[in-house]
Amino acid sequence: MYKKLISSGIVTWLIILVVWQIASLFSDPQFLPSPARTFLGAIALSSDGSLFKYMGISFLRVLIGWVLGNLIAIPLGLVIGRIKIIRSLLDPLINFVRFIPPLAFITLFMLWFGIGEQSKVILIMYATLFIVIINTMTGVLAVEEDKVRAARSMGASEFQILRHVVIPATVPYIYTGSRLAMGSSFMAIVGAEMVAANEGVGFMIWNSRLYFQTDWIFVGLISLGIMGFLMDRILHLLGKTALSRYGAVATNTNKR
Amino acid sequence: MSNALIQIKDISKTFSEPKVSKTSYVLKDVNLNVRKGEFFILLGPSGCGKSTLLNMIAGFIQATDGQLIANNQEVIKPGEDRGMMFQQADSSLFPWLTVKENVEFGLRMKKIEKSERNKISKHYIDLVNLSGHEHKFPRELSGGMKQRVQLARVLANNPDILLMDEPFGALDAMTRKVMQQELIRVWKQTNKTIVFVTHDLQEALLLGQKIGIMSVGPDSKITHYYDVNLEYPRDITTSKFNEIYANIQQHFEH
Repeated sequence: MYKKLISSGIVTWLIILVVWQIASLFSDPQFLPSPARTFLGAIALSSDGSLFKYMGISFLRVLIGWVLGNLIAIPLGLVIGRIKIIRSLLDPLINFVRFIPPLAFITLFMLWFGIGEQSKVILIMYATLFIVIINTMTGVLAVEEDKVRAARSMGASEFQILRHVVIPATVPYIYTGSRLAMGSSFMAIVGAEMVAANEGVGFMIWNSRLYFQTDWIFVGLISLGIMGFLMDRILHLLGKTALSRYGAVATNTNKR
Repeated sequence: MSNALIQIKDISKTFSEPKVSKTSYVLKDVNLNVRKGEFFILLGPSGCGKSTLLNMIAGFIQATDGQLIANNQEVIKPGEDRGMMFQQADSSLFPWLTVKENVEFGLRMKKIEKSERNKISKHYIDLVNLSGHEHKFPRELSGGMKQRVQLARVLANNPDILLMDEPFGALDAMTRKVMQQELIRVWKQTNKTIVFVTHDLQEALLLGQKIGIMSVGPDSKITHYYDVNLEYPRDITTSKFNEIYANIQQHFEH
């Protein structure tokens, strides 16, 4: 019973709220607003719908960029993993570019793709691309030779081996890569919205500082956490249901 | 011996070691003939290259020199006439497919229609005593059952030749014994030609009609052949069995 309560996360959040409330009693609301004040701030921001609108906009940017990034990265990772000459060609480039954080590209992407949605979506694509490529490639390289040999001696063509052996065996790696990329996408979008946007949660956080609305900053942070958490739960559910036969989510029933 | 199903003539295999100027042979001038329907055992100590030889018959790796003919055709790549049963079921079965789907894999690749696939997979799943487990995933099965899946999967493609690379090596002694008996039964029922690799002399004598003994590498070759004219099922306690056992054992003592 106690175990269940603790693992549900409710206890954790109650403790945080209490500590936060106590800390805020000793501080100025512009320095550290209380939970109640933050809640009122959230209501104020929702009353004209701007909070939900900003959340929706940020979420949509992340989702579009992330999906497009995956659509490019997965086939690319498969090809790089499968074809040695392409791997040797691209490996040095990948290991160079992947250390350049997405935020470093904001200015450049704005210059190239304009100040609108395009540059933000492309930034998210960039944030997604390398994580998913590298994970997919690693997965392809980890496919056991016995599986490929077995398929080949059962008459599978090279394309069938890719379609029916390599891809299914790589699903857990692709899945992990995509899930990690979701995290880095959120990081990138907030950065981009702070620098160049007039909508979105990142913009809201940045804008609040002009009015000394520290409570709004807290609202922004909490909504980011909620969005990321929900997205991760959705992906987790997807892994446990649609992708379960591929072992996307480790289901160790013996583990406590 | 032109009626042999597998003919190996002066096969050699070198390891490419760029740093060593002198070429080192894993296998050197191996000759072997396996008749149709024969249960042939390749027996040798670890590292003698018996798995390498088996992989060459399968077409997974190429010989450096010599000629390898299976089914009247030179072996240059894997083919459906030669089915491989691997040592490790975990690395060779497809964990995302159920038992039935694993068994039907080759049939699906050949785009055989569903009703026919169902019929064939049912036949071989029954043959290896896995009925009732069709819809389980490999991870839900024991080691012995996984090897049964592998056997059914290979048989479903109806190859002429079954290549087996120490398939019972990772099983416990009791399961291994059962699997050996089952393999003999399946072999008798299907009349396949089997090349079975093992380092276990007792297993070799329990299963094989003919045993080829490989020397320790490098430069391994098949040094001796033994015909085992014992009735199946074989009994390890009989004096005849032990006589042959002792006879072969002396090759491995120095």
